[in-house]
Amino acid sequence: MESIHQLKRADFIFRNENDWEKILGNALKRKNQDIIKELISSELKGRGGAGFPTGLKWKFASEAEADEKFIICNADEGEPGTFKDREILTKVPYKVLTAMAVCANIIGAKKGFIYLRGEYKFLKEELNKAIDEFHYYCNEINFDFTIKIFMGSGAYVCGEETALFESMEGKRGEPRNKPPFPTIKGYMGKPTVINNVETLAHVFTILKYGAKKFYDLGVQYSRGTKLFSVSGDTPKPGIYELELGMSLQDFVYEFGDGDTKAVQVGGASGFLVPRKNFKDAAIGFKGKLTGISLPTGGSMMLFNSSRSMFNVLDNYLKFFREESCGQCTPCRVGCQQLQMGIKAVKRGEKPSSYLTKLLRLAETMQLAAKCGLGQSVANSFSSIVDNFHEEMIY
Amino acid sequence: MNPIQTLIKELADVHGRRRESILPILQGVVEQEKYLSEDSMVEIAREIDIPASDVYGTATFYSFLEAKKMGKYVIRVCKTITCSMKGKNQVLLTIQEMLKIKLGDTTPDKRFTILETNCLGWCHKAPAMLINDEVYTELTPEKVREILSSYMKKNGQI
Ligand SMILES: Cc1cc2nc3c(=O)[nH]c(=O)nc-3n(C[C@H](O)[C@H](O)[C@H](O)COP(=O)(O)O)c2cc1C
Ligand code: SF4
Repeated sequence: MESIHQLKRADFIFRNENDWEKILGNALKRKNQDIIKELISSELKGRGGAGFPTGLKWKFASEAEADEKFIICNADEGEPGTFKDREILTKVPYKVLTAMAVCANIIGAKKGFIYLRGEYKFLKEELNKAIDEFHYYCNEINFDFTIKIFMGSGAYVCGEETALFESMEGKRGEPRNKPPFPTIKGYMGKPTVINNVETLAHVFTILKYGAKKFYDLGVQYSRGTKLFSVSGDTPKPGIYELELGMSLQDFVYEFGDGDTKAVQVGGASGFLVPRKNFKDAAIGFKGKLTGISLPTGGSMMLFNSSRSMFNVLDNYLKFFREESCGQCTPCRVGCQQLQMGIKAVKRGEKPSSYLTKLLRLAETMQLAAKCGLGQSVANSFSSIVDNFHEEMIY
Repeated sequence: MNPIQTLIKELADVHGRRRESILPILQGVVEQEKYLSEDSMVEIAREIDIPASDVYGTATFYSFLEAKKMGKYVIRVCKTITCSMKGKNQVLLTIQEMLKIKLGDTTPDKRFTILETNCLGWCHKAPAMLINDEVYTELTPEKVREILSSYMKKNGQI
């Protein structure tokens, strides 16, 4: 199959706009229904990984009845290979704050939080300055809304929305059962909208340029642009805003070092795509085009032929093993067994057929684990073991 | 009141005395004390009136809330995939050589602790490390030596 999509660079997110006061003022004057409709028609989907339509999320929260509601910006950014949210909060924090305020107005929240990972503590002071300035303006226009930063303390799983609520409530960051979903029962049991940093920045773009402008970018089911965090074996690591829907082939053509053997799309919890599948893989949300479509929080890690895929998988599994909250058995024991298992095969203590058993274990975890962490270990595990079977054994 | 009690009282005055106040209070104690002693956890429980086991349960979940006394400067070297590929081991070796301690240990003068940590979010500038809240990226053994020497001098060492 010839790839039809060229890489299309875009520049919305980091474009410095000095009119956030106007954008906010205008949005506060509009009818709530109006903005929700506009967001829905833009087809903006969450950029934190799960890809839930943002307009619908806001709509559900606005319809929920409660004496108190919250808007939370998820800045826990812990997925290996992701580093775009920090850049947004450093360079254009006012876009995120504006979108939070607009959301608050629509759903009826008076309080917002930014859950900032402990590793980004050095950002806190500057971000607080931006928030102070923002509060000052809200005060001026008599808009009752405050934002507070809540610091994380080094736990990847707290990026999972319900674990994040638990953490903010002063508990261990252990994910809850869903449903109920956050828009019904979130932080403190109240209806809560939780959005990724980048999602909120896109909302700003839509408020400023209109839904159509956003919708016209990207491809069917995957509209708009996305920030990609590019790292690994590439001559130009960094953060790039690209239209969704590109083929992995074109991506590697642009970012590879000429010897790319595989690309990990979506971080450790994403998929590994080997060279032979580059041309069939498109980067976007599910249900698009032909071939494989890969949803992604934007982490793109390139590996060239000097890398051992066994080491890569071992590194991921160690990560999951340490970051599993330990609450449910499939994940707690599964992550452990998968890592011990591939080591045993590598050392020749187990026959290569043992890998098949491990693949079944990963499948079981996908079905039985309580949250996205345990459920998605199978993504990288199966895609690496299937495609680089020999490297696992010899 | 002993200094820990005073510190916890001050933190509770700022962050409140509710269950939701625990994490900011714990973070505040670690920032000052470099770890959470049993005493401080019990004191927090008393101050906000919840079972000490709840404070302990929360505290032990988070990797940045150490229950072991750390040095004045906590060095956290990223060990996730890209940093590993781009020379994390040499970085770690250099630090260990300079400080003459092993991974996980604290120097006898209580100034430095070396730890590994998961993805710091600097993969495009790997390898990376944190010293307390400060980030250092694109590390090489030479660069690490320079950075560490400046910290050692800060302490009037060498
Ligand atoms: C283990 C795990 C870690 C996650 N980490 C993050 C994160 O760091 N940032 C984020 O925005 N979403 C993260 N998510 C997704 C959130 O649960 C949630 O879907 C997201 O914040 C919703 O925002 P969005 O709709 O704007 O994407 C994580 C999910 C899982 C299962
Ligand atoms: S899947 Fe893993 S991280 Fe998620 S709840 Fe279960 S043990 Fe915790």
